[in-house]
Amino acid sequence: MSILNVAKGMGVTLSHLFKKPVTVQYPEEKAQIQARFRGRHHLLRHPDTGLEKCIGCSLCAAACPAYAIYVEAAENDPDDPTSAGERYASIYEINMLRCIFCGFCEEACPTGAVVLGHEFELADFRYDHFVYGKEDMLVGVKGSKWQRREAERKGGEVELGFQAGPRPELEGVDY
Amino acid sequence: MDPLWVIFLKAFVMSVLLLGGFAYLTWYQRRLLGRFQHRLGPNRTGPFGLLQPIADAIKMIFKQDVTPTRADKFVFILAPGISVVFALVTFGAIPAGPANSFFGLDPWILDLDIGLLYVLATTSIGVYGIFLGGWAANSKYSLLGSLRSSAQIISYELGLGLSVLSVIMIAGTLNLREIVELNVWSVSPWLWPGLIVALFAFWISATAEVSNVPFDLPEAEQELVAGYITEYSSLKFALFFMAEYVGMINASAIIATLFLGGYKGPAFFDLLIPGMSEWPFIWLILKIVLLLGVFIWLQASLMRMRYDQLMRFGWVWLFEIALGAALLTGAVIAFVL
Repeated sequence: MSILNVAKGMGVTLSHLFKKPVTVQYPEEKAQIQARFRGRHHLLRHPDTGLEKCIGCSLCAAACPAYAIYVEAAENDPDDPTSAGERYASIYEINMLRCIFCGFCEEACPTGAVVLGHEFELADFRYDHFVYGKEDMLVGVKGSKWQRREAERKGGEVELGFQAGPRPELEGVDY
Repeated sequence: MDPLWVIFLKAFVMSVLLLGGFAYLTWYQRRLLGRFQHRLGPNRTGPFGLLQPIADAIKMIFKQDVTPTRADKFVFILAPGISVVFALVTFGAIPAGPANSFFGLDPWILDLDIGLLYVLATTSIGVYGIFLGGWAANSKYSLLGSLRSSAQIISYELGLGLSVLSVIMIAGTLNLREIVELNVWSVSPWLWPGLIVALFAFWISATAEVSNVPFDLPEAEQELVAGYITEYSSLKFALFFMAEYVGMINASAIIATLFLGGYKGPAFFDLLIPGMSEWPFIWLILKIVLLLGVFIWLQASLMRMRYDQLMRFGWVWLFEIALGAALLTGAVIAFVL
């Protein structure tokens, strides 16, 4: 450790003292999320017809390395179809405690029905509150279960703590 | 000379202030280190995170206090006490203003003719806290850590003692108040080179004495768990840290007193408000805060030395540099002035 090196190093740290901190004051300031961030899943609909994209094939459940997805399929009523295919998912559940957010379900999905969105504020108090059903993930549902309960209790809007760039796979999802 | 009860009262107030200073030094350190690293540091507890030290203290007090079964109980409890008491006692000799300047009271507790010697002695006794603490814990990590820390602190005391020689020779007194009143820099420009080297050597020695980075081997997380405080928990652990941080305040105060004009402010402030440079407390506190900032700046910049590097640096370089400064000053006093 020569004196010159020490002086040089101290000069470097001193110059950093006067720079602006990069800290994001998260709950007050919004976190900036990258477009490819993998958060809570969304179940998409066809934008023109409004039919669900999911056809209940369970390929996502097969691809899931954490066994977090449970799908039960049912036949579509031809007069009033739920999805665009022959069958639809009557039960579609993802356990957010098991999910590792790897995105394999999204890759496995033949219809592009399940897409990992940007929401990451999934903390909750009970085990069963972490099992997200269709009603929690279909397009148009904003926020985690807890955020929605909280918004209902306070009578306000769901407020998400982040901002994210656009992502084409997430058509119809509104942040 | 103040009456005895006033001296006791001042000592009590000083202890409380120093312990408060310790608490807020941790805040200052964490905030400043944060800024050095592009972070904000703790800012959640109270405005600007100012209540953080209080929260930390409450947490520390309610921690479980574990004493190892085979520890020497009496010494185990005594050791942190020794550390913190002698850290606090050191500050008593440092003058914070001219005589009678604080509402007719003297802004110091002890005005000793051997002030500087007293300061060096009390800081040395602090080593016993480290050594006894490591020994009493009856753990090999504690023992090795304490041996190493004691060796470090005793080695660097040489540099400390030799580098103050220049000041003592110029001032011709060990009384800290008289040293401040004399102002060693004003004696002769011929003495400046020796003084600058002495300041440099004193600073490095003081950094090692208070175990600041890059001489923070007593902490030694990697190889010795936590050195001599391995077996300590709860308040006893906090007391050791208290001693270390108060030691940092002491070191800053001593550097300020010996080399940087102590309790006196810059003379040109007298043009703004007459007598401002003679105000008690503020100038010393300002200098202490600035010097603590430099200690924290060192923490943000440098990495820890290896033990052999530390010993070699202390004995081969620092000792000689401090001795050289003393010889230089002595030669100037003898032959030039």
